Amino acid sequence: MIMSFNIYDFSGLTRSIDNGLREIMSPGWAIFIELAIIGLVFLIFYALLGLFLVYAERKVCALIQNRLGPNRVGPAGILQTIADLIKLLMKELIPLKNADKLLFNIAPFIVIIASFMAIAAIPFARGLHAIDFNIGIFYVIAVSSLGVVGILLAGWSSNSKYSLIGAMRSGAQIISYELSVGLSLLTIIVFAGTMQLSGIVESQANGWWIFKGHIPAVVAFIIFLIASTAETNRGPFDLAEAESELTAGFHTEYSGIRFAFFFLAEFMNMFIVASMAVTVFLGGWMPLHFGTDNAFNHIMDFIPPLVWFFGKTFVVIYLIMLFKWTFPRLRIDQLLTLEWKYLLPVNLVNILVVAFLTLMEWHF
Amino acid sequence: MKAVIDYFKDIFFGLKSLWAGMRITGRYFVSPRSIVTQKYPENRDQLQMFERYKGEVIMPHDDNNQHRCTGCGICQLNCPNGSIEIVTRKELSPEGKEVRVIDQHIYHLDMCTFCGLCVKTCPSNALIFGLDFEHAVFDRSKLIKILNKPGSSLKKELK
Repeated sequence: MIMSFNIYDFSGLTRSIDNGLREIMSPGWAIFIELAIIGLVFLIFYALLGLFLVYAERKVCALIQNRLGPNRVGPAGILQTIADLIKLLMKELIPLKNADKLLFNIAPFIVIIASFMAIAAIPFARGLHAIDFNIGIFYVIAVSSLGVVGILLAGWSSNSKYSLIGAMRSGAQIISYELSVGLSLLTIIVFAGTMQLSGIVESQANGWWIFKGHIPAVVAFIIFLIASTAETNRGPFDLAEAESELTAGFHTEYSGIRFAFFFLAEFMNMFIVASMAVTVFLGGWMPLHFGTDNAFNHIMDFIPPLVWFFGKTFVVIYLIMLFKWTFPRLRIDQLLTLEWKYLLPVNLVNILVVAFLTLMEWHF
Repeated sequence: MKAVIDYFKDIFFGLKSLWAGMRITGRYFVSPRSIVTQKYPENRDQLQMFERYKGEVIMPHDDNNQHRCTGCGICQLNCPNGSIEIVTRKELSPEGKEVRVIDQHIYHLDMCTFCGLCVKTCPSNALIFGLDFEHAVFDRSKLIKILNKPGSSLKKELK
């Protein structure tokens, strides 16, 4: 098996693994082993990124509130989330009286599987891509809204009014904000002329859409940030868990590792949303380019695409965290007013403008 | 037409106020000097408590081991949860008169709510709040303190 490892293009690496596996076993088994490898890689990625994001959230929140945040376990508290994970693993899974046992048990898995499915379509670097659908964006929108089924089931099966109210709010929220997410992504689909995520990234080789797309792309980016924050049930749109009103919303009755699944899914959804924003608006793993063929562009090309992708993603994640720790929670009627009265009409007009711009070929 | 203008005004002012909020939190995020948290056990040496901090009730003594407590018992009467017990004894003064002197000013730190009524009502300002706050002990009996030092006496010039 010849390993051709290239930090700028992973397609050689994946192809050599594929060829190597096909040489020693039948194609069916090779695909099975590849699926297992990808699943394992994503599981480890999930665990590590989840731990890191929880730590980052606590640190960002602390700094914004003039605190230090976790600083006792390990240097600067970096082992704090690992300690928390061990605590959650050892906690009792409390069975509920009069709960719908089956739904109660599978709800956390539905939530986490939805985010697993979404992450498969995200291009991390050239060739570093679990599946490259030709309808990638459509697929991500579709599976990421599956998570709400898990939330609704969790609320329904818990046999608790807090859970039920939280779940219903979450349902209303996702149904409304899904529209804005879809429409704001549609503006870039119109620009790029493709729904394939790798195709959209390639179309930004000469400049990110947020720069190339004039003001409509900026408007779409802002709307996408707002709507996707709402879709991940994060503050200021965290009505589904609203701890001051509903104790913990849909996961009130969950304990131990089942609760950790909801928690992890929330953070991973935030990562998926941020990476979607990066892929579609901020050039994915493409380096920052100005003009054509100058020294600046060559220096930027030298930075590996993985660094670009994760750097941009963490900037967007930081923005989402900043939203959470800056703005007060919206009331349910304010939430719906914001969507139906402001985001949706602005978005529709925006798409019209984008379609006009694309027809006249006025973008770069 | 006015409705349309109001609509865009709404959006504009909404974004403006959101931006104002994010500017403040963003500024706090990047200014580490605004952090107010203190790393307590590490900064024990330079930790300075505030003047008005209510750590515990103490009775200040001067260099001659003299305090100002006359043993009148007003603090004991005013204490809402009985944290103060006054034990007095009779003593003969140089003029041959029998006077009341404080024998033990017993202060139950474990019951004290730090309301400050004893300090406030003391007619001779014998009690003040100390700044010491590390009261953790392994035995409750160690929290019962006798505030007047052994062999101490009343400050005379007060009269």
